[in-house]
Amino acid sequence: MSETQTAPPPASAARSHAFVASGDIPPSPPPASEVGPVRWVRENLFSGWVNSILTLLSLLAMYGLLSALVPWLFLNSVWSPDPMSLNGCREVNAHGACLAVINERWLQFVFGFYPAEQYWRPTLAFGLMIVALWPVLFDSAPRPMLWLTAAYPAIGYWLVWGGSVWGPALALAAPAAGYFVWLYGGVLINRIWGEDFGAIMSLVAGGLAMVLWWMFAVVLLDGVISDVLPLGLEPVESSKLGGFLLSMIIGATGIAASLPLGILLALGRQSSLFIVKAICVAFIECMRGVPLITLLFVASTLLNYFLPPGTEFDVILRVCIMVTFFASAYMAEVIRGGLASLPKGQYEAGDAMGLDYWKSMRLIILPQALKVSIPAIVNTFIGLFKDTVLVSQISLFDPLGLLNPIRADAAWNGIVWELYGFVALFFFVFCFGMSRYSMYLERKLKTDHR
Amino acid sequence: MMFRSILGAAVASFVASTAFAGTLDDVKAKGYVDCGINTGLVGFAAPDADGEWSGFDVAICQAVAAAVFGDATKVKYKSLTGKTRFTALASGEVDLLSRNTTWTFSRDVDLGFEFVGVNYYDGQGFMVPKELEVGSAKDLGGATVCIQTGTTTELNLADYFRANGMEYEPVPIETNTEAQQKYLSGACDVYTTDASGLAATRASFESPGDHVVLPEIISKEPLGPLVRHGDNQWGDIARWTLNALVTAEELGVTAANADEMAANSTNPEIRRLLGAEGGLGAMLGVSDDFALNAIKVNGNYAEIFDANIGPETAIGLQRGLNALYKDGGILYSPPFR
Amino acid sequence: MATTSAPPSEPFRLSQLINDTRYRGATIQIVALILLMLTFAWLVDNTIQNLEALGKDFNFSFLWTSAGYDVNQRLIEYDSQSSHARAAMLGILNTLILAVVGCVTATVIGVFVGVLRLSNNWIVSRLMTVFIEVMRNVPVLIWILIVVAVVNESLPTPRSFKGEETGAFVLTNRGAYFPEPLFTNSLGDIDVGGLFLVSNDFLMFVAVLGLSIWGAGKMSEWATKRQNETGVRPQILLPQLALIVLPTAILLFSLGFYLGYAELKGFNFKGGTFVRDSFIGLWIALSLYTGAFIAENVRAGVQAVSRGQSEASAALGVTPGRTMSLVVLPQALRIIIPPLISQYLNLTKNTSLAIAVGYMDATGTLGGITLNQTGREMECLLLLMAFYLVVSLSVSGVLNWYNERVKLKER
Repeated sequence: MSETQTAPPPASAARSHAFVASGDIPPSPPPASEVGPVRWVRENLFSGWVNSILTLLSLLAMYGLLSALVPWLFLNSVWSPDPMSLNGCREVNAHGACLAVINERWLQFVFGFYPAEQYWRPTLAFGLMIVALWPVLFDSAPRPMLWLTAAYPAIGYWLVWGGSVWGPALALAAPAAGYFVWLYGGVLINRIWGEDFGAIMSLVAGGLAMVLWWMFAVVLLDGVISDVLPLGLEPVESSKLGGFLLSMIIGATGIAASLPLGILLALGRQSSLFIVKAICVAFIECMRGVPLITLLFVASTLLNYFLPPGTEFDVILRVCIMVTFFASAYMAEVIRGGLASLPKGQYEAGDAMGLDYWKSMRLIILPQALKVSIPAIVNTFIGLFKDTVLVSQISLFDPLGLLNPIRADAAWNGIVWELYGFVALFFFVFCFGMSRYSMYLERKLKTDHR
Repeated sequence: MMFRSILGAAVASFVASTAFAGTLDDVKAKGYVDCGINTGLVGFAAPDADGEWSGFDVAICQAVAAAVFGDATKVKYKSLTGKTRFTALASGEVDLLSRNTTWTFSRDVDLGFEFVGVNYYDGQGFMVPKELEVGSAKDLGGATVCIQTGTTTELNLADYFRANGMEYEPVPIETNTEAQQKYLSGACDVYTTDASGLAATRASFESPGDHVVLPEIISKEPLGPLVRHGDNQWGDIARWTLNALVTAEELGVTAANADEMAANSTNPEIRRLLGAEGGLGAMLGVSDDFALNAIKVNGNYAEIFDANIGPETAIGLQRGLNALYKDGGILYSPPFR
Repeated sequence: MATTSAPPSEPFRLSQLINDTRYRGATIQIVALILLMLTFAWLVDNTIQNLEALGKDFNFSFLWTSAGYDVNQRLIEYDSQSSHARAAMLGILNTLILAVVGCVTATVIGVFVGVLRLSNNWIVSRLMTVFIEVMRNVPVLIWILIVVAVVNESLPTPRSFKGEETGAFVLTNRGAYFPEPLFTNSLGDIDVGGLFLVSNDFLMFVAVLGLSIWGAGKMSEWATKRQNETGVRPQILLPQLALIVLPTAILLFSLGFYLGYAELKGFNFKGGTFVRDSFIGLWIALSLYTGAFIAENVRAGVQAVSRGQSEASAALGVTPGRTMSLVVLPQALRIIIPPLISQYLNLTKNTSLAIAVGYMDATGTLGGITLNQTGREMECLLLLMAFYLVVSLSVSGVLNWYNERVKLKER
């Protein structure tokens, strides 16, 4: 009933009165201060006197910064003065950045003292690393590529350091050796201990065989095969490595190695086994409790004391080990946070399904815990990558350490900002990229419906 | 998987076993000499744009490599800071440390090293900007002093200012380049390190004339190469290679005429030095012409000095104490016989 | 052992050690323990062998020998004849003071930037985002070097002040000089255990001020009581102020208090309180760097408080300021504080980068010059790591206690 009453009057009735509007009046435009840029500016920049002051201060700060930086960096900068030196720059334009130093030394910044005719090797290794990372970072990659990822450490190592191809190849063959021992040695072991205990022992034997293979057989066989069939790249010694190449090596090794180690430590810390837990807690707290620089001092001065007399450990390897330990302690704490955030029901569900510990971890707990902690994991990676500059303090030639020989050169003596700025820019680009990737991952993995 | 194969590959290829007992055997087995040098000091050890190291200290490394292998390229350089140099030598990471290191009692005795000689007689000095109008180190009371740490420098400095009853503000810096940056910006009034290092640093300045090295030398700094204690054979090789360079200067043997002298010289001293007679090299466990090889690399002591830090170079050091004893210096090699 | 439900006891088989959940845990632990002990024994044995081969021993007696070097920033009595132990102590104090000062400023910067980043002022929030990203994505060591270089390169040298009138504050490229409190009728110093010289004037000042504040507190208590009894709060603001200010002023006057300004004498300024370039550089760089991280924590904390909370508060008619302080912040703090404390820990550990710019902290004395001069790298590094470990563990202890205290009680 009421509906019929509110229905619009017939058109004829409307037409009969001149003062009745014949149609909808178009809405008039809002006042100028309420639309478009003006409104946006008013609401976002000048909504109150505090905001207005802040806006003006920000504009002032930006102007101050840009008016100093832009002319220095872009308008007045000198790329290739006649004598390639700081004085040469000053002669051309004393008020600009002397980017000639970057121009002359950028290859050194990238490769350190790596022999120039071998530059293709680290470049190829870097390219392969991106290919190897593809299946890890993005789902779209074909699965068989994971084999390349698994083999990459040995390939990358061989490309950068060179030497006989057989060493890394043999090192890669270790799982095969372990498998062989497990399969055939197992038969023998089963005969000694019986079927069920033998199964465990042959696994142990397989693992042991792998370790022994790495420790002894690789060096031995490498020598033998290399004599018969010398095949390899020209070896490059560690002291020639430097620049961003060195940062990448230390960073990538640390990142790749600290994640699995961190997962194990985190699981150990959650474990109900008292001794395992105590060991993990002690390791994590000791590593997190001291600055990385002291660990690097240990790597550069003490580590040799702890190894058998006469063992010579490459300093880059020692640094990689220490950086990995340090990062894995942080990683363990991050993953522990992820583990703790899972409701107890998830653990109980795993038990209820009759899964054993490793299966329930692998299939139920870890996928969820890792997903939760991805942002924090990437943050740890970023921290680790930034921390690689500390190796400049133990006289390795990472980008920051390279500043020493460059500034010791009479041509570039006294140059400051250009070098710092260049190194800072490099780290910014890399770390910023990583943090953006973490955000992308966070969005992609978000499966809850909040 | 990734972790394990990295470690495996790395361990397999990095870990090389060397024993302390016979450094010479180890060096021969691995095929090169590991030589510890500075991280970058113009004239003594500095890499060029291609990463090739050269300098006065580097020349010693090359001479020893040539004495052992007859090939000066069979040497690997390890840059070491003041902190890492001694442990690197003690642990066997380097076989020879040639990094302007002062020969002191405690280093020789307590730290367990053996200095094989002195390749540069140095002393700690001061450099100040000319505009300060300071004529003597005695006028430096109250000054801010930049020190390159990791050496005996900070101890000498403390002793000197204490003995003269002066106050000062020490600014300890680990590397030479950082310290010189601070000095140039005026954050220190004075820069102190070994006089040779001061000259090298000054030479690399935009306008070296604006800075003066004060006349006072406040310490004795005999700089020399060193090896581990207890391996006398290896120590002897390093010692007599260094002596050979000095003796060569004494006898007028140069890189250019060494081969010819070895073949034609009738002087028995020269013939013994260059291995033409006497069989001295065999006693050391290297080839008889070890000194010839060492000299042929960069020449005798004078040639090495002149090429790297001498008056003709930018560093412009005079021979001074480092002249031969015949020329008024104190450089003196025991005879080869 | 035999229970009614247990199967008839089988003979024990070795495989039960692994396959039987009753024994598996113990087996794994014992294997782990044995492996650990073997590893340790191996390491210690290697170390002993290596030390023997080098003719070195392991003892700390070097700590009591004369250090022989000078340090510029001395919070305790020290000269070049003092022992290495005292030099280490000096370094530790320098580390701690840098860490404390850095944490305070980092918090201030972090809260400021974090709140501004949430501001609805477009340009300010963008600018803060840029600041945070730039600070966080460049290594702190580079920031430290850059800030120290800015101080050294862009500020005037002490020389350039020659003949100029300098005021209370002097900024030079070697550091900043502030006025220093001085007394004409000084009461002298007392020596605390041969380590510190504590000024009696300072002690008197603290004592008088403390007593005054205590008295003022008592006065407030009295006023509150009075208010409860009579319903009228007596006016006590002026007497309170007088109680705090007057005794202190009288004390300062009778001691002949004045501010000592720094004056250029010879190479450097003399007098005043001197803050060195290396300290300023570390302080600013560490505060900005850590501040950027704290800003992100603050933002996350504030955003984590559900919007309904502030809306509910607004519905009750609470003003925005009080909403922030009474409703949002207390809830946000629960989320902010744990990461905040680990940022403090990071800052403390990052102070060890001081060696790059010549600030004599624990790493610079104990792990730097002492290590170089004595060649006792094992002892020095062990002590150094023990120091950092103690600091870290005590801070984490505080953190755990706090977490336990503010934990939401769940049922």
